[in-house]
Amino acid sequence: MVKAVNNTVLHVADVHKTFGGLHALADVDLAIEEGKTHAIIGPNGAGKSTLLNVIVGKLAPTRGTVVLDGEVLTGKSPYEINQMGVARVFQTPEIFPELSVFDNVMAPAFAKRDGSFKMNMFKSIESEKAIADAAEEIIVDFGLDAMINTHAGALSRGHKRRLELAMCLIQKPRILLLDEPTAGMSRHDTNTTIELLKKIKLSGMTKVIIEHDMHVVFSLADKVSVLAQGRIIAEGTSDEVRANPKVQEAYLGEAQE
Amino acid sequence: MFNISKKDAITFLLFSIVVLTMPIWLAPLGASYPGLLQKFAIYALLAVGYNILFGLTGYLSFGHAAFLGVGSYAAVWSFKLLSMNPVLALVFAMVFSGIFALAIGFVSLRRSGIYFSILTLAFAQMSYKLAYSVLSPITHGENGLQLTLQDPRAIDLMFIERGSSLPVSSFFGIPMNGYAGFYFCAIILLIGFFIAQKITSSPFGMMLKGIKSNEDRMNYTGFNTKPYMLTAFVISGMYAGIAGGLLSITDPLAGAERMQWTASGELVLMTILGGVGTLVGPVIGAWIIKYFENIFSAWNESVLHGFFSFLPDNIESFVVLISSKFVGEGWHLTLGLMFVLVVVFLPGGIMEGVRRISAMFKKNNDAEKEVIDPDNIPKSTSGKGE
Amino acid sequence: MDAFFLQVLNGLDKGGAYALIALGLTLVFGTLGVVNFAHGALFMIGAFCAVTFRKIITLQQVALSETELSPWGTPLEIHTPYAQMWFGDFGKVLIDYSVPFSLLLAIPVMLFIGIAMERGLIKHFYKRPHAEQILVTFGLAIVLQEIVKTFFGANPNPQPIPQAFQGAADLGVLVGMAQHTITYPIWRLVYLLFSLGVIAAVFAFLRFTTFGLVVRAGMNDRETVSMLGINIDKRFTIMFGIAAIVAGLAGVMYTPILPPDYTLGMDFLVLSFIVVVVGGMGSLPGAVLAGFTLGVVQSLASMTVVKDIIPGIDQIIIYLVAVIILLVRPRGLFGKRGVMEN
Repeated sequence: MVKAVNNTVLHVADVHKTFGGLHALADVDLAIEEGKTHAIIGPNGAGKSTLLNVIVGKLAPTRGTVVLDGEVLTGKSPYEINQMGVARVFQTPEIFPELSVFDNVMAPAFAKRDGSFKMNMFKSIESEKAIADAAEEIIVDFGLDAMINTHAGALSRGHKRRLELAMCLIQKPRILLLDEPTAGMSRHDTNTTIELLKKIKLSGMTKVIIEHDMHVVFSLADKVSVLAQGRIIAEGTSDEVRANPKVQEAYLGEAQE
Repeated sequence: MFNISKKDAITFLLFSIVVLTMPIWLAPLGASYPGLLQKFAIYALLAVGYNILFGLTGYLSFGHAAFLGVGSYAAVWSFKLLSMNPVLALVFAMVFSGIFALAIGFVSLRRSGIYFSILTLAFAQMSYKLAYSVLSPITHGENGLQLTLQDPRAIDLMFIERGSSLPVSSFFGIPMNGYAGFYFCAIILLIGFFIAQKITSSPFGMMLKGIKSNEDRMNYTGFNTKPYMLTAFVISGMYAGIAGGLLSITDPLAGAERMQWTASGELVLMTILGGVGTLVGPVIGAWIIKYFENIFSAWNESVLHGFFSFLPDNIESFVVLISSKFVGEGWHLTLGLMFVLVVVFLPGGIMEGVRRISAMFKKNNDAEKEVIDPDNIPKSTSGKGE
Repeated sequence: MDAFFLQVLNGLDKGGAYALIALGLTLVFGTLGVVNFAHGALFMIGAFCAVTFRKIITLQQVALSETELSPWGTPLEIHTPYAQMWFGDFGKVLIDYSVPFSLLLAIPVMLFIGIAMERGLIKHFYKRPHAEQILVTFGLAIVLQEIVKTFFGANPNPQPIPQAFQGAADLGVLVGMAQHTITYPIWRLVYLLFSLGVIAAVFAFLRFTTFGLVVRAGMNDRETVSMLGINIDKRFTIMFGIAAIVAGLAGVMYTPILPPDYTLGMDFLVLSFIVVVVGGMGSLPGAVLAGFTLGVVQSLASMTVVKDIIPGIDQIIIYLVAVIILLVRPRGLFGKRGVMEN
C-alpha cells in the first residue's frame, strides 16, 4: 500500500470494483501529488476508465475510498465531487452540442461561482461581465475565438476536445482528469494538444492522464502507473517504467491484438 | 429585474402590439369576438409556460392539464368562498397549482425520458379520474364546479349586499367578460411572456438548456440538476394554473375534462407545431390550434358554397363535397393532417419555417454586403432548438 | 374467495386485450425503435374490420310479400341477406359467426395498412427524436380516427356474439363448487384463450423460425446483423405488419365485449402505453405479464370490498400501480438499461 505523502492531493486508497464476478479494479492504491502530472497507462480493459469513473462518482467502488485533500469523495454524487474540485475530460468529448461555444464555457464558470444550484433567473447573462470576460479569455487562449457563437455540436472533433478542456479549466479545478485526450487525433493535432497540456502543466495544476500513446505519456508525465487486469503492476518515472520487464510483458501480451 | 437585451426588448414590444391589437387584426379572419380572443390569450400563456419545461429542458410532460384543472378549481373556489376579485383568484390558482406541481414534480423527476412522461401522465389521469369520482364534493364531478346564489363569498359580502343574480368576476368594477376580460388575460399573458423571456436569457435558463443538451455533462460540471428541473417544473405548472384560473375568471365553470390527457396532448401539439424552445413559436401554435378549433369547426357546407361560388357548378359541388370532410365536424382531420405534414417537412415547427425563409432573404443580402462585424461578438445565448 | 376468483377471471380478458396491444407496441419499439402512438388506431381499425365485414355480409334484398300484410295494411317487407340467398345454410353460419370470420378479412387488411404505414411514413422517422415520432404517429392516429368517423359515424357499432358462445359458463362446477358460484360469459373466456393463442403464436414465431431469429438478433444489435449482409429493414417492415395484425385481431375479437366507436383506439392507447412502460420498454414478456397483471389488478380494485376501504381506488389503480412500479423498478419489470431515457 502506498503511503499518502504530505503533498498528496488525491489519494485512491485500496479501491476494488467488481462487476458480477469480474474484478475490474483490485487493490488499486494511488497517491497523486500536488502539481504533478500522473499518467496511468495499461492495455485495453485494464480498468483505466473504471478508475476514473470511480473517482468522479459515476461508479461506486465495491471497497475502498477516494480522498481529495483529506475529504472522502466516495459516496458523493458527481456534481458534489466536481464542486470539490475534480474536473474531467472524457474520451469522447462531453459538451453541450446545442449551445454555443461561448455558453459551453460560461456554464462551468457559473457552477464554480454559484455552486451546485442557484435560482439566478432574473439576471441576464449579459450582465454577468466577470464570467463573460473569463470565458472569452479562455476561448481566445484555446484558439476557439473564431467559432465563439457556433453551436458546439458543429465543431470538429479536435475542437470539441479543446472546448471540453477549456470547460474544465475555467473552473480552475484542484485536479484535472484526462481520459485519452489525444485518442483518434492526427499526429499534428496530438502535438498541438501536447503543447497545450504542457502550458497547463506550467501553471502547476495537478493532473491525472490516461493515455495509450506513449509519446504523449513520456513527454508529459512526471510519474507513471501501469494498470493491468485491474492491478497496478508498476510505478515510477517514465524511464523506470519503460525498463520494467513486467510492463513489457503486459504490453507484449497486448501487442498481438 | 427589468433590464433586458435590446433584441428581447424589441421582441417584447412587437409581441405586445400584436397581442393588444388582436381585436383589430383578427376581425377580417372572423375571430374577433371576446370569447375566442380570451382563449387565444389564455392558451398562449399556457403554451409559453409549458415551453419553459419542455422547450428549455426537453422533459416531455403529459400531465400539464392537471395543473390547468387545479388552477380552474382553485379560482372558482376563491370566487365562491371569498371574493369575485380576479387577482385574488389568480393568486389562489397559482399557489395551489404550484403546490400540486411541486408534489408531482418531486416524484416524477426521479425518472427521465419516457418514464418521466408516463409518470406525469399517470398523475394527471389519476387527478382527472378522481375529480370525476370521489372528489366530487370539491369538483362537483360531471356537472362542473360553478357559482351559486348561496355562495358565502365572505369578503365581498362584507361590503355589498347579496344580489339576486349570479355575480361576475370584476376588477375594480370592470366586469371580466367581453373585451375587458380579454384585455385582462392579455396583460397577464404579456407579464408571463416577459418573465419567460427573462428566464430564457438568464443563467438559470442557460442551465435548463444545458440539461436538455447533455444532462450528464451538467452533473460532471458541478450542477445539481434535480432542483433546476423541479424549479422549472413548478414554474411551468404555475403558468398552467394561472391559465386555468383565467379560464375560470372569464367563465366561472370548471369541469374535470380540462384535466384529461388529451388536453395535455393538445398542449404538446401547440408547442411543437409553433416551434419547441422558441418563445414566440408556442404562442403561434396555440393560436393556430384554437383558431382551427373554433373557426374551422363552425364552417359548414353553405359557407363552403359561398367560398367556392366562383367555380362552375359541377366542379363546385364536388370541391364542396371533398372540402366539407375537412371542416365542421371533420376539423380534427385537418388538424391531424397538419401535424403529420409539419412534423414531416418542418420538424422545428412554424418558427423553423420562418427562419428558413428569412435565411433565404439574408443569403440574397449577404451577396451584396458583408454583414458580420468581427469585432462585435454578441454575448447572448442564441435561442434553443434552432 | 369465490368473488376474488371471479374478479381475477374478469380481469384476465381485459388483460388479454392490453397484452395484445402492448405486445405489438413493444415489437415495433424493439425492432424499429419507434414510439407508435397510432398503434391504438390499429386496434380500432381491426374492430372496424369486424363492423365492415358484418355490414357486407348482412346486405339484404328487400322484397314485398304478395300475401302477407304488415300491421299498417301495407305489403309486408321481406328482408333476406344476400349471403343467405347465395350460400344457403353456410350464409346463415357466416352471419352468425361474423366476428370470428372477420378475422380472415382483418389479417390481409391489417398487414396492408401496417406495411403501408411503415413504408409511407414511419420509415422516415427511425433516426428522428422520439418526441417527433410521438407527434407524427399521434397526428396519424387522429387522421385514421377521423376517416373511420366519416365512414361509420360517431355512434358505437355493437357486434353480436355467435349464438353458440352466448350466455355464461358455470366454471365453479368444473372445479367442484356449488352451481352459480363462478359463472363467466363464454365469449370472454373465448377472448382470453384467443389472446393466449395469439401471444403463444407470436413468441413461437420469434423463437423457432429463422425469420424470428434474425429479428431477435436485430433487436439486440441492428448494425451487426446488417453487416452480416442480411436485409434487416425488410424484415422489420414485415414485423410492423405483424404488430398491426396482432392489434387488429385483438380489436376484431373485442367488438362483442365493447361496441367499437372511432375513439376506441385512443382509449386503449394510454393504457397500453402504461402497460408497455410498466413491463419495461422493449421487453416482450414484460409487456404480456404487465398486460395481464394490470387487467387483473384493475378488476380486483373494482370489488365493492376494496372500494369500501379506499374510495375511488378502482378509478386510479392502474396509474397508481404504474407509478409505484416505476419508482421501485426504474425501467419497469423487465426493462433494459439506457432505453428511452433521453
